[in-house]
Amino acid sequence: MTAALRRTATVLVLGTLLVLAGCERPPVDVVQRGYRGTGMDEIYNPRTVDALAAKNVLPPDTPPVPAAGPTAGQVFQNVKVLNDLSVGEFSRLMVSITAWVAPQQGCTYCHQGDNMASDALYTKVVARRMLQMTQHINADWKSHVVDTGVTCYTCHRGNPVPANTWTRAPAQTPAYAGNKAGQNTPAPAIGLTSLPYDPFTPFLDQAENIRVVGGTALQTGNRRSIKQAEWTYSLMVHMSQSLGVNCTYCHNSRSFADWQASSPPRATGWYGIRMVRDLNEQFLNPLASVFPPARLGPGGDSQKVNCATCHQGAYKPLYGASMLPNHPELAKIRAVVASASAPLAAAASSAPAAGLSAELLFAVGSPALTDEAQKALAPLIDALKADATAKVTLSGFHSATGDPAQNEELAKQRALAVRAAIETAGIAGDRIVLDKPQTAEANVAGEDPRARRVDVMVMK
Amino acid sequence: MAEYQNIFTRVQVVAPSYAGVALERGNKEREGPPWHSHLLGRLGDAQIGPIYLGWFGLASLICGFIALEIVGLNMLASVNWDPVQFVRQLPWLALEPPSPAMGLKLFPALNEGGWWLMAGFFMTASVLLWWVRMYRRARALRMGTHVAWAFASAIWLMLVLGFIRPILMGSWGEAVPFGIFPHLDWTAAFSIRYGNLFYNPFHMLSIAFLYGSTLLFAMHGATILAVSRFGGEREIEQIVDRGTASERAALFWRWCMGFNATMESIHRWAWWFAVLTPLVGGIGILLTGTVVDNWYLWAVKHHVAPIYPAVFPPVADPSTLPGLSGVRP
Repeated sequence: MTAALRRTATVLVLGTLLVLAGCERPPVDVVQRGYRGTGMDEIYNPRTVDALAAKNVLPPDTPPVPAAGPTAGQVFQNVKVLNDLSVGEFSRLMVSITAWVAPQQGCTYCHQGDNMASDALYTKVVARRMLQMTQHINADWKSHVVDTGVTCYTCHRGNPVPANTWTRAPAQTPAYAGNKAGQNTPAPAIGLTSLPYDPFTPFLDQAENIRVVGGTALQTGNRRSIKQAEWTYSLMVHMSQSLGVNCTYCHNSRSFADWQASSPPRATGWYGIRMVRDLNEQFLNPLASVFPPARLGPGGDSQKVNCATCHQGAYKPLYGASMLPNHPELAKIRAVVASASAPLAAAASSAPAAGLSAELLFAVGSPALTDEAQKALAPLIDALKADATAKVTLSGFHSATGDPAQNEELAKQRALAVRAAIETAGIAGDRIVLDKPQTAEANVAGEDPRARRVDVMVMK
Repeated sequence: MAEYQNIFTRVQVVAPSYAGVALERGNKEREGPPWHSHLLGRLGDAQIGPIYLGWFGLASLICGFIALEIVGLNMLASVNWDPVQFVRQLPWLALEPPSPAMGLKLFPALNEGGWWLMAGFFMTASVLLWWVRMYRRARALRMGTHVAWAFASAIWLMLVLGFIRPILMGSWGEAVPFGIFPHLDWTAAFSIRYGNLFYNPFHMLSIAFLYGSTLLFAMHGATILAVSRFGGEREIEQIVDRGTASERAALFWRWCMGFNATMESIHRWAWWFAVLTPLVGGIGILLTGTVVDNWYLWAVKHHVAPIYPAVFPPVADPSTLPGLSGVRP
């Protein structure tokens, strides 16, 4: 009898260990963030945090070099993005990129050995586009990356291809049975849940609506299904997984939907989702024609970014340490002003007449309307022509730095230039309302092209 | 004398097989010669059989087998008929209901939810046939039908989740997938979609009855075991003929909490708690989405959810902020 009992006990203990094998061993640290008793706690496993901290140290770097002497554009051939850096700055950045992206492969990972200027290797074409993307993120997505910004290292960490990317999941081959409905496959990117395994295509490539919860207590026609909730849930698990945080890092456990009860990082995350969409649409998707087939996903699309690409398990990539002070060239904006205005025009063309708006960016110290600004203005002028009762308001912005009187005059001149452009297009002057010049707070911390802008909004 | 002070059953009565009471006309005879299992005797009665299956039992088993096969073979097909992957991924695999776009279509393509409808039909048929069998067996023994009605309460919750609520919502896609993790993730998604199910008062009641059931079961089981050395396990006799076991058990609870159930009422308590768990739970599910869309807001409206002091600086929904041109919602 005792033998049988012992056998049973052994089986029970082994079985329990097997069941618990997927769990982390205690103790864990609990940090209370919300009001007591509401479960707004962050849970950290000190052992996981230690392991992650070791992986998130900044790489060694050299001090910046002076911006003196001839520029890279004058000295080297075929320099399209960093052409106004000094040769010293340019060379230093190239050395850094090699260390960040291709430490084993060296310069020839992107450059042809006998002709450094050649675009023969696809990696060089991709790298150039990625430099533009980095500058675009640092200049135009401060709503998500603030002044910490990103460099190549944020994603690459010494890997030619960042460790966390995604491609569209191939559709299941049609059969008479076994339809997974896009879910029920353990995928690491969604925390090994049985939720839909590719929430990235609808939410981070296309701009499907993520919100499923209704805004009224009683049913008033919210037709979002439980299956849609599963897609949203899957994306949220991915975010939680990528940032190494619980749901309560952003959301209130009482009501995931309620913004008033949410914690501030939720807004940062909201901009993050839009940033990732923008990057995938503008930078990563178009590269599909550049990459060789081996680098593409099964659906023939290029590898794209999601939250894990930068975050890699940390609530802030590299735990919030900024590499930009040592690499101000990656935070520059002049190269990206053109691409920054592209999404403006796209957004404007799809919006209804009232509430239609655009941000027109200007060059430093100049009141002259750029070609990009003209283009962004076009859909608004069309909307004004289509609806004779609509009015348009203009307000010029200037930076908070420099002489305020001079800045204010410049902002006014810019608004007047926009008014002139609208009047030239045949819109009566009494339909254009000028607002007083405004200071953009954005520019206190650093150079931001949005500080030099005129906001145009169509009103009914 | 048996050792009563033990949490495991130490007593195993070895007796000749008992064929059961004589049945009225119209009943089939029980089948198979009875036999004894020592191991099963450690958990319950050592006598196995004779078995009564009957036509309802047989039909129920066949329907249940068909449902299980449809679900299992679909899972196997979803891993390309690879038995190793079937075992490895089994907890993740599922047979999903039709997509919400299909609405209440009765005969969708087999691989677009048709299999799910078939599996659901056969599972429901199996469960209902088993209920009929339970009811008829109780009647045949001239018992009350308490067990059948308790079972019916669970069937009610099952039908609400997989049949009644999807019909009211106008889409089979609202129903539960057949799968281990998938049905759990579905449950969490259900709560997320409807603004936190924990604010649903019927869900609250259901939890109270569920936890209450376990508490009552623990209290009752422990009490009877504790007085079994005084003959306390003869509960039914002691309903009318209270012995020292009953007296001691009652006194114990009066001392501990000032009130005690009786040998009869404790079983009504247990039955009602068990029956009310899925009964009120089903009501709560039925109201979700059909009448109430956001349980959190419902609870705020009716002062169920308290207002806590703000801890974070105010957070605004960025999609409502002006000046967002260039950022898609």
